[in-house]
Amino acid sequence: MALNSRTPSGPIESRWDNTKFEMKLVNPANKRKYSVLVVGSGLAGGAAAATLAELGYNVKCFCYQDSPRRAHSIAAQGGINAAKNYQNDGDSIYRLFYDTVKGGDFRARESNVYRLAQISVNIIDQAVAQGVPFAREYGGTLANRSFGGAQVSRTFYARGQTGQQLLLGAYQALERQIDAGRVKMFPRTEMLDLIVIDGKARGIVTRNLVTGQTDVHLADAVILATGGYGNVFYLSTNAKGCNVTASWRAYKRGAFFGNPCFTQIHPTCIPVSGDYQSKLTLMSESLRNDGRIWVPVKAGDTRPPQQIPDSERDYFLERIYPSFGNLVPRDVASRAAKRMCDEGRGVGPSGLGVYLDFAASIERLGKQAISERYGNLFEMYERITGESPYETPMRIFPAVHYTMGGLWVDYHLMSTVPGLFVLGEANFSDHGANRLGASALMQGLADGYFVIPFTIGNYLASNKFEKVSEDHPEAKAAKAQVTGRVEKLLSIKGKRTVDSFHRELGKIMWENCGMARNEKGLKDAITRIKALREEFWKNVNVLGESNDLNQSLEKAGRVADFLELGELMCADALDRKESCGGHFREEYQTPEGEAMRDDENCAYAAAWEYTGDDKPAALHKEPLTFEYVHPSQRSYK
Amino acid sequence: MRLTLNIWRQKSPTDQGAMVRYSLDNVSEHMSFLEMLDVLNEQLITKGEEPVAFDHDCREGICGMCGFVINGVAHGPRRGTTVCQLHMRSFHDNEELFLEPWRAAAFPVVKDLVVNRSAFDRIIGAGGYVSVPTGSATDGNSILIPKAESDMAMSAAACIGCGACVAACPNASASLFTGAKISHLGLLPQGQPERHARALNMVAQAAVEGFGNCTNIGECEAVCPKGIQLENIARMNRDYLVGAITYREPQAEAGAG
Ligand SMILES: Cc1cc2nc3c(=O)[nH]c(=O)nc-3n(C[C@H](O)[C@H](O)[C@H](O)COP(=O)(O)OP(=O)(O)OC[C@H]3O[C@@H](n4cnc5c(N)ncnc54)[C@H](O)[C@@H]3O)c2cc1C
Ligand code: FES
Repeated sequence: MALNSRTPSGPIESRWDNTKFEMKLVNPANKRKYSVLVVGSGLAGGAAAATLAELGYNVKCFCYQDSPRRAHSIAAQGGINAAKNYQNDGDSIYRLFYDTVKGGDFRARESNVYRLAQISVNIIDQAVAQGVPFAREYGGTLANRSFGGAQVSRTFYARGQTGQQLLLGAYQALERQIDAGRVKMFPRTEMLDLIVIDGKARGIVTRNLVTGQTDVHLADAVILATGGYGNVFYLSTNAKGCNVTASWRAYKRGAFFGNPCFTQIHPTCIPVSGDYQSKLTLMSESLRNDGRIWVPVKAGDTRPPQQIPDSERDYFLERIYPSFGNLVPRDVASRAAKRMCDEGRGVGPSGLGVYLDFAASIERLGKQAISERYGNLFEMYERITGESPYETPMRIFPAVHYTMGGLWVDYHLMSTVPGLFVLGEANFSDHGANRLGASALMQGLADGYFVIPFTIGNYLASNKFEKVSEDHPEAKAAKAQVTGRVEKLLSIKGKRTVDSFHRELGKIMWENCGMARNEKGLKDAITRIKALREEFWKNVNVLGESNDLNQSLEKAGRVADFLELGELMCADALDRKESCGGHFREEYQTPEGEAMRDDENCAYAAAWEYTGDDKPAALHKEPLTFEYVHPSQRSYK
Repeated sequence: MRLTLNIWRQKSPTDQGAMVRYSLDNVSEHMSFLEMLDVLNEQLITKGEEPVAFDHDCREGICGMCGFVINGVAHGPRRGTTVCQLHMRSFHDNEELFLEPWRAAAFPVVKDLVVNRSAFDRIIGAGGYVSVPTGSATDGNSILIPKAESDMAMSAAACIGCGACVAACPNASASLFTGAKISHLGLLPQGQPERHARALNMVAQAAVEGFGNCTNIGECEAVCPKGIQLENIARMNRDYLVGAITYREPQAEAGAG
């Protein structure tokens, strides 16, 4: 099957407008005759479900939490980008587009990124109108900050809770539609399979997490907005329930998986403190604006930080990247910290940490000023570590944070299964090999509020839909597979807990498919993951029953899918013989240790096709062309 | 350290439920409370006993999914902290703890420490929004909002919907939750057109769900992990009153033309 990205041509500024004009519309009176399933209630899914219901479609929405308001988008802290140029500092749609293509290390589709930058301005308007309490200046206008090393101030924020406030905006719009009877909400419900009938996505199989009941839901189109898969690493900044299951099931039903190995590692997280560690906590990137990052010059220096004189400290980011210093992009900062720890200069009990020191800023600006800027973050840090950053430098270490990879979608956000659309972090579009700070919220909302309402209408208006019922052989088969798998998991009754498998997988992934990758490590990881998967299906111990709230069973299903995804990620990382963005192959680096991209051979998006269990996935390549932003080596020196 | 844990175990909504006693060794002060329960659960599974069910997701104090009562206090002893952010250094060696689910008629127990809080969603659905369909917004800066008001709205909007306020209230009232949303939207210009109807409808829905009335006891504010203040309840009462006095039946809109 050839990939058709349906990317429009013509001047980039008018591509989306032209596409919208050419798309077919569904007559207002006919909309209620169409039904759409939206899996996920985060920024992408919540926005899509609310908007489609406002338009008049029949919508069902699903999430695994007890309320749609708890989707993982809630945890985003820093902010959301938009090319408003309210600060008059030289921002524009074109500049946001340019920064995003470059920041993604030239591995994203230009047309998509341009559309995202265009729509960014509408998102802010919509959110403000909903009552999202963005930060304001004294004159009453919206405030902005510069984020993640951007040279303009284009980030809108609501204290340190931007994701929460944006999600509540979408959630409230969704609840309004639920109350009006236009959306039927299914909380505590997990999608476990996709139903494809006559080549079109026509439904899903779900499990009610409270009663264990397996159900078939049929519709004319299916939207997945199920978030990222960073939890394949076990430890990440994602919520505990984040998973790949919905995407993975769709992959096995014919949706290609795009760039699975593109993972973002965030440089400023609180280091691991022990084996019981269940997740990692992100410390906002904004801390790098005033904190200085350092390690001792000498390896194995165990003196407390205050006793290490300035001359024996290595402010390594300032040293290596004098023009960007502590504000280099996430991937660059993370790798540099890892190199320091690899050299034996890491700090803290595990040696896996670097200092983020506020002493100089406190001296320069006063404790009061620092507390106004970061008080809540310092408090959070102290609550977790028991140490006060006012007195002793914070310890930070990189952690898995975001997955740029996801299901492959065309310009209409449709996957390779017709009628299956994928939005938000779950798709692979827009961010290429590295995502800029404050751009995920923007993408999720752009997809949900402003792209899908048009493209799904076009799909519905251009296709005929036979009536299907639960008795259709495909629906029955999918349901039977789901119940069979649940029963299988419960019947193994082995010796190891689900978490112990998950932790082991995470360790393999972190060591071999994390911040730095190489051929030997990746091949080795594939062998080990296969063996671990085999052991899982023989030796996992899942207690309890299927017709009940059974959290071990939920986890087991998710880990089983991660055990397959991990292998595909390694295969993708192995195949991509270059270093770009979050993907750093040790074989492809400059003598100074910087990433070496290969535009001649690797300017493509990888799209992997499932060909059967125990058969290698087939690789398809979508070539990427850059008509506007010409590939250049990123340099932050 | 070593702990004795008495945990509410209840198989299903209809099961009677009872406290069960466990002891746990080698608890590190760096663990979060939920990580401590993870360790207990791993041990239970290895022994062939069903693990304790509890709700959680973000483990960062923001999703509002976690929450239970520790020694009579919703979210435990540390002020302004959800159980997922509570660390074991807040406890001491040989301490005995009692863990129970939120108790309220409107929050039926699902299993062990897990309750059903969907009543909160329905309260929001009754009016906790601004009716602004996607695409109908004006430019963000066309609405000027004084910083002080915007900050106040943000403080009310910080509610995470965990339900601790209800669990702590002797009347099981949802006033702090409801008042926070009414304040958040009522303090902003965008929320004005529906302000009073919103208060009427949300308060009515809370009563339908079986939450009690507010009698100004203030337990809710004391346990709120996000520091939502009682003044939000006062604002709700004001908006409700004005709404009740000024209520008019809607008029039909159809016309010839
Ligand atoms: C700590 C943290 C801070 C961040 N800060 C920022 C920031 O400042 N700025 C920024 O732009 N980005 C930030 N991000 C990234 C951003 O928050 C996410 O990428 C984005 O919110 C994802 O939104 P989403 O709608 O795609 O998915 P999510 O919000 O993850 O929603 C997924 C939804 O799918 C549902 N779901 C998942 N699987 C299933 C299933 N099998 N069945 C049924 N339902 C399912 C879930 O219940 C949920 O409703 C941050 C991320 C983290 C982890
Ligand atoms: S788990 Fe999200 S608030 Fe505690």
